[in-house]
Amino acid sequence: MDYFLELFLGGLTRGSIYALIALGYTMVYGIIQLINFAHGEIYMIGAFVALIVAGICTIYGFAGISVLVLAAIAAIIYASAYGYTLEKIAYRPLRGAPRLSQLISAIGMSIFLQNYVLLAQTPDFLPFPSLIPEFAFMEPVAHIVGSSELVILMTTVITMILLTLLIKKTKIGKAMRATQQDMSMARLVGINVDRIISLTFVIGSALAAIGGVLVASYIGQVNFYIGFLAGVKAFTAAVLGGIGSVPGAVLGGLVLGWTESFAAGYVSSDYEDVFAFGLLVLILILRPAGLLGKARKQKV
Amino acid sequence: MAEKHKLLEVKGLTMDFGGLRAVDSVSLDVCEGEIAALIGPNGAGKTTFFNCVTGIYTPTKGDILLHPKGLDTRRLNGLKPNRVTEMGLARTFQNIRLFADMTVLENVMIGRHCRTKSGIFRSILRSKGVRQEEQEIVEVSYQLLKKVGLADFANEFAKNLPYGAQRRLEIARAMATDPFLLLLDEPAAGMNPQETAELDQLICKISEQDRIAILLIEHDMKLVMNISNPIYVMEYGKKIAEGSPQQIKDNPKVIEAYLGEETDA
Amino acid sequence: MQGFKQSILVSIWFVFLTFPLMAVRVNTADRIVEWRWMNMLWVAVASFVLSYAWRYMLARKQARNKSEESGQQQGRVQVLLEDMGFRYRAMGVLLVLALIFPLVFDTYQNTIMISALIYVVLGLGLNISVGLAGLLDLGYVAFFGVGAYSYALLNHHFDLGFWAILPVGGILSCLFGVVLGFPILRLRGDYLAIVTLGFGMIFKVVLENWSDFTFGPSGIANIDKPGLFGIDMNIDGSTLYIYYIMIALVVFTILITNRLRNSRIGRAWIALREDEIACVAMGIDMARTKLSAYALGAFWAGMVGVLFAAKTTFINPASFTFMESAIILSIVVLGGMGSILGVILGAFILILLPEYMRAFSEYRMLAFGAAMVLMMIFRPQGIISNIRTKYEYKGLREETDNG
Repeated sequence: MDYFLELFLGGLTRGSIYALIALGYTMVYGIIQLINFAHGEIYMIGAFVALIVAGICTIYGFAGISVLVLAAIAAIIYASAYGYTLEKIAYRPLRGAPRLSQLISAIGMSIFLQNYVLLAQTPDFLPFPSLIPEFAFMEPVAHIVGSSELVILMTTVITMILLTLLIKKTKIGKAMRATQQDMSMARLVGINVDRIISLTFVIGSALAAIGGVLVASYIGQVNFYIGFLAGVKAFTAAVLGGIGSVPGAVLGGLVLGWTESFAAGYVSSDYEDVFAFGLLVLILILRPAGLLGKARKQKV
Repeated sequence: MAEKHKLLEVKGLTMDFGGLRAVDSVSLDVCEGEIAALIGPNGAGKTTFFNCVTGIYTPTKGDILLHPKGLDTRRLNGLKPNRVTEMGLARTFQNIRLFADMTVLENVMIGRHCRTKSGIFRSILRSKGVRQEEQEIVEVSYQLLKKVGLADFANEFAKNLPYGAQRRLEIARAMATDPFLLLLDEPAAGMNPQETAELDQLICKISEQDRIAILLIEHDMKLVMNISNPIYVMEYGKKIAEGSPQQIKDNPKVIEAYLGEETDA
Repeated sequence: MQGFKQSILVSIWFVFLTFPLMAVRVNTADRIVEWRWMNMLWVAVASFVLSYAWRYMLARKQARNKSEESGQQQGRVQVLLEDMGFRYRAMGVLLVLALIFPLVFDTYQNTIMISALIYVVLGLGLNISVGLAGLLDLGYVAFFGVGAYSYALLNHHFDLGFWAILPVGGILSCLFGVVLGFPILRLRGDYLAIVTLGFGMIFKVVLENWSDFTFGPSGIANIDKPGLFGIDMNIDGSTLYIYYIMIALVVFTILITNRLRNSRIGRAWIALREDEIACVAMGIDMARTKLSAYALGAFWAGMVGVLFAAKTTFINPASFTFMESAIILSIVVLGGMGSILGVILGAFILILLPEYMRAFSEYRMLAFGAAMVLMMIFRPQGIISNIRTKYEYKGLREETDNG
């Protein structure tokens, strides 16, 4: 039973991070119907910036959870800035262009950013300083769930609540929902659609950065390539839940996390990725709209 | 010859999108030799009706029956669009859907696809039969371009044609599939009066010379009243009237539906 | 003046943006922080200059769009390429050059040329699904892998020779394409891209972990080179031999893909790319047309995969990563989607340039990525855009003369 619980909580942790990244995909897709292939790279850049900040701090003798918070803030700022610039350079000039062109531009950007970090930093894995202390109150359950997992779960829950409030309660959220429904109509009623799109990229990137920092400190290492796999997985989560749907992304992330965790625990960890992609293929074939998505009729 | 041969018979067609009923039990017939028209204000469900008939949507309820002459009756519900076209029912699109990066001639040649059969291997070997078939495709397509008056532009890219010509190209492309019934979705939209007059003639020519029955959606009342009979009127997804041009003109329901609409048409 | 101010702002923005990644490097293991201030200067200067170029290009693109609306203007190259006579002559010259190439250059150059030619075939194959039919396949390298592994395994276990497996590899990977394509091809374009990407990755994971069958990450060594009536050849000789096989394969590929492109099937592919709904409304079976494009694209990858295994005599899963798929895709995109000549040119530029400019090769993928983005924005048709095909028929000339 303990083993099952461990896998369950492991899947939950993993899934909540997938959900964080998946939100970026889903929000962008909801507004401009584009798979932002470079989203995984934004996540990776977030993790790298956090590593740099945390690295400098630890080398100069600071440590503990406050350093992690500082690193996270830097990561969020930079990831958002990258997301904003990415949209301006690679996607905005292509608005209205054929989908294939937009998609290729996105893939190009993903390859570019990956290699930019590879060249500017290093091809090696860099160790991420461990900044989350073992909490004393976690002692009794430490063999099942660690303090890091607790921090990850708490952070994602808080982030999701904030995001939901932003979308549901604020004026910006209302404008975002309107743009998602009908872009030209939103423009007619005076919403600055370009700004909303930029904002969507910024928010999505910030969420990815949070995910990046959490993963980096959890796994304990960072490398230029981590964004690619995480990006594809998170996209799987987004599709699983129904792309365009915010609660769907969360659900999809969790389902994917559990699938991987249980498959690795009970079947074989070598084929972990195969299970994830198998799930993606299955869901696309059987229910292309995803678990919570609505099928949209194409207009003729 | 008391009764004309019905080619298309639609009975109680209903189409729901989620909770929205876009088409509400509409019945409609198109007989041999007819130019029928489907009119109605914007958003009345005319194009949705077309999409159901041509297999792009699967209707929620109702029957779409095709009675080709000398062949068995076919039910079109749930058939894929390409199967519908193969059965002899071709269409054009309201918001022109040409193959922009292909030449004008190639666009029409695509229409011949379902009437020809060279496969992959024979195309690679380019046997005599294939070459002959290719010649035939080009020839038929070229003749069709002549018919719609676009022969001089055969080797231009379709995207470079003026608007009115693009609409005529769509008609030629649809005719290349050898239909016995042609559905035209707002063929005169965006045309100037002279182009519309030419289109008027073209549609009559297709109907008389090629013996193709036509069902058209149109906003240009002059065109509709000139050439089509019977006329069906839709509003809010329902059929509200049908009859000859004169009957439609005098129908109070139609006048009400069109109040203020017709002035700008 | 306004442009200057704008460029200064862009420059400041990029200095800010690249600061942590370009200027700092921390080594957390050895506890060293390395500061690289010079990089910031480069970023500032480069982004300042590039922002001017960017704005100039955008303005030119807009101007071009306007002039296109008022009437199509064709480039001189384009007109020249539409002339069939010129095309045949150019092809002939290129073929002769290709044939005498190894007589002039040494084995090292031949090896490089062979790998460029391999990418030519891969590019032409992918061009069928991406360029002609508009199906974005991000896992194309898996088909290459199927070909390579079918030769390696059949050679290892049953001692079967290169010539016997060459068609088998193609057909196997074609079948692989049909089996994979069948369930997924009805998906929308972007979903298709991600699923093919997933397939590519699954393929690699399976290669790495199914050790009993694939020999795992260590790969398969001592694969036979292509034989020529049992003659023993030294390295120079067999390289030369492979070079000529490769030339023949390229010519064969060009011939077949060109025929397909100008056939009834090829037109259906292009129509599908241009507008799916109009395409099915014209009576074209979408599923069958997509499947044929996908599977035929796979066929070429399989064939050339066999040759790749025979050339390197050693294969392992590391040769079949997503990066390979990305390189092949950039060849097609840069060369010109749908254009056979463009793809050939693209393969040579993308493979030979980094090969001959060693200093540049480190930046290869960076440049590819940037080029993909820039191409889509400024020249989506590629270096050589799709050449329109003109059809003639016997009666046409007389009729136009008469009236």
